[in-house]
Amino acid sequence: MAVGIIGYGAHIPRRRIKVEEIAKVWGADAPSYKKGLELFQKSVPALDEDTITLSVEAARNAIARAEIDTKDIGAVYVGSESHPYAVKPSGTTVAEAIGATPDCHCADFEFACKAGSEGMFVAAGLVKAGLIKYGMGIGADTSQGAPGDALEYSAAAGAAAFIMGADEDRIIASMDETFSFMTDTPDFWRREHQFYPSHGGRFTGEPAYFRTVVGATKGILEKSGLKPEDFKYAIFHQPNGKFPKRAGKMLGFSFEQIDVGRLVPWLGNTYSGSSPIGLTAVLDVAQPGDRIMMCSYGSGAGSDAFVFTVRERVRQTRDLAPKTRWLLDENVTYVEYGEYAKMRRKIRLAGK
Amino acid sequence: MPSPSSWRAYPQTYRLEAARCSKCGKVFFPPRLVCSKCKGRKFEHFNMKRTGKVVTHTVIRTPSDEFSGEAPFAVGIVEMDDGARLTTQIADVSFDDIKIGMPVKLEFRRYFCEGEAGVIQYGHKAVPVRG
Amino acid sequence: MRDVAVIGVGMQKWGELWEKSTRDIFVESALLAMDDAGVDTLDAMYIGSMTPGVFAAQEHLGSVMADYLGQLNIPAARVESACASGGLALRMAYMDVACGMHDVVLAGGVEKMTDLSGSDATHALATAADMEWEGLYGVTFPGLYAMMAVAHMAKYGTTREQLAAVAVKNHYNGSMNPRAQFPMKITVEGVINSVKVADPLNILDCSPITDGAAAAIVVPADMVKKFKKPGVKIIGTGHATDTIALHDREDLTTLQAVTEAAEQAYKMSGKDAKDIDLVEVHDCFTIAEIIVSESLGLFERGKGGPAAQAGETAIDGRIPINPSGGLKSKGHPVGATGIAQIVEIAEQLRGEAGGRQVKNARVALAQNMGGSGGSSTVHILEVM
Repeated sequence: MAVGIIGYGAHIPRRRIKVEEIAKVWGADAPSYKKGLELFQKSVPALDEDTITLSVEAARNAIARAEIDTKDIGAVYVGSESHPYAVKPSGTTVAEAIGATPDCHCADFEFACKAGSEGMFVAAGLVKAGLIKYGMGIGADTSQGAPGDALEYSAAAGAAAFIMGADEDRIIASMDETFSFMTDTPDFWRREHQFYPSHGGRFTGEPAYFRTVVGATKGILEKSGLKPEDFKYAIFHQPNGKFPKRAGKMLGFSFEQIDVGRLVPWLGNTYSGSSPIGLTAVLDVAQPGDRIMMCSYGSGAGSDAFVFTVRERVRQTRDLAPKTRWLLDENVTYVEYGEYAKMRRKIRLAGK
Repeated sequence: MPSPSSWRAYPQTYRLEAARCSKCGKVFFPPRLVCSKCKGRKFEHFNMKRTGKVVTHTVIRTPSDEFSGEAPFAVGIVEMDDGARLTTQIADVSFDDIKIGMPVKLEFRRYFCEGEAGVIQYGHKAVPVRG
Repeated sequence: MRDVAVIGVGMQKWGELWEKSTRDIFVESALLAMDDAGVDTLDAMYIGSMTPGVFAAQEHLGSVMADYLGQLNIPAARVESACASGGLALRMAYMDVACGMHDVVLAGGVEKMTDLSGSDATHALATAADMEWEGLYGVTFPGLYAMMAVAHMAKYGTTREQLAAVAVKNHYNGSMNPRAQFPMKITVEGVINSVKVADPLNILDCSPITDGAAAAIVVPADMVKKFKKPGVKIIGTGHATDTIALHDREDLTTLQAVTEAAEQAYKMSGKDAKDIDLVEVHDCFTIAEIIVSESLGLFERGKGGPAAQAGETAIDGRIPINPSGGLKSKGHPVGATGIAQIVEIAEQLRGEAGGRQVKNARVALAQNMGGSGGSSTVHILEVM
């Protein structure tokens, strides 16, 4: 029985801030950040946007493409590292808003930036096991970067939602293979009650991101018996514009294969939304028969890798909801650092 | 708004659930027990489509406490495509561009929380519809 | 049904009355009215107050005020219709006397708003709107009237300057009212440049937060000769409601509750708009006065703004509106406003209004309104 994506959708806040604007405030050299990160702006969530609101809108887009009755959604999983509550799953509000309650399984996922792919993995697993009809996995974040820190240039906001199902006539892309690679690697973390995360500087590269992403990708290629040239598209987790390019090169993927799903230069790092949003952008243009490899990465550290094969239905569904690259440009406004700091609640307010 | 009363309103604030009078067809948001047009007492409940147009609007520059720090922000009365009118905030648009008749769609947004430890209130805000 | 007349009125100077409590304020103005009438015993009392429970943490005003006014054991009750509570109190007193139940009835109103912080007071006032479906979204009270203004300006071409002209006129009138909270004159430029509240309204388009009370004594018309002052007969009363939420109104540019209440009062009195010599209306915001003047039939739809700008509603104009200074200059202690309008009208019809006197005033109309127009009362009074 084939299981796959029967609906997909993204949602991106409309405000952006440029690298120059952040660099100006902290006296940093903007051109070298832009070159080093291969990123020139990021999305900024407004005061009224959070992981839950972005998830709801992405979910609605996925539902529009799936064309299903939301009462048949048997599981809603939201993966994020910026859940609005420490105790009370984001998924409860999302499930209520889309009308999937009350007979619906719900749990929030957390594993730095791979929390979104986890939800996709588990939802698909439940469908495959025959326990639910449709399951939704969402990756969404409104992540924080410490002021003046390197991560402040890239920590962005966005969401992508995927509905998994087994209806033959609904599958947009079948999920042919999965492989997860995970070790205990302290590259990036946040202790409870800390507002900003901490990271290990250069340690986040070779021993963390690259070792894990390469491990997961090699694992799935071996497991599926496929080679890089068997794929039309490859999407890697995108903390900046450089890492996915280098990972692709290390593994034998071409720039053309990874470019369509690489949105980070214009979007920033949407953390749990990163590779999932990249996947939505690829599905917006992929053709039936195209094979896609997606590899997420979450610090701590782990990667979930997937192999998808696109089906005919991709053509009927792509116009049923806004396309991701259209969302990237729609009604965008640029903010200055002061407004950005206010929106990201970096300013300490009086006695609240 | 204290938690039980806001929870009670989730079908409206989360899903835009309205009620259509079975006798005369008038749509109420929120749903009612009695139709104010024909006094009918039977209704069909349904979730409204999230599109409509602006009927009137203003910019709040002196906000109430829950919204201190957020002013100025725009609010307006939106006539939904499904017939009912509602009051909402208008977001992601510059104030000068808001016009009577402007088509909008309602997006899920966070309204406010009861302090640092309180429940977060969600609802919808109107954003302009672009081609 | 008996005819009913007002034979005594009283109100103190309004403002931020730090040293006076709710009880002090009410009793003070009630005594002024009783002394004006020459009575020391009341048969019943109706007290208009929007939300004493929030403003003063005190409900049960009927008991409180009968007690503190020295009128032990009389029937007394608070009545509420948001900012129309005062007008409603008068109507209740009228009905009580008209039906023959009682003879000497006090209709009063009181609100003490300054014991709360400005934002808490604003929040209390917001409960006159639809809290669940308007207030929740941060609309605010001025926001509702601002939206009416935007709609009225789009439909009829009413201008920002015309709104400001209403405030200027009312402050000019109020400068001659010794009881007004803000008796200073202002200018159109001053209004337009004052702090922005909700576009297009600025702070000087908005009535203030005030402590104050007012009282009127009503008796059967044929008992008037027993009292000190000439009676002023209540010849018409009207009361109507409309949807609580502004967004549910049929037409955002008119106030249906006002029109319906006015129709009842006109019909009952046998008068119509052209017979009225002066009007006290509920100018909680400048746009409210303009729309009300149209809804009362004083001007055609859309002509209220130009009329105000042209001076037609000045004390010496074709139809004087708010010779007292209105809510804008006099102040707006919510529950008291409707009765303060009666104080002004009684003094005008008796010829006691001093610098504010409208010449040959014989028939006057008082219009009081709750929330964004969710309720309204209209009373018409005539010299006896």
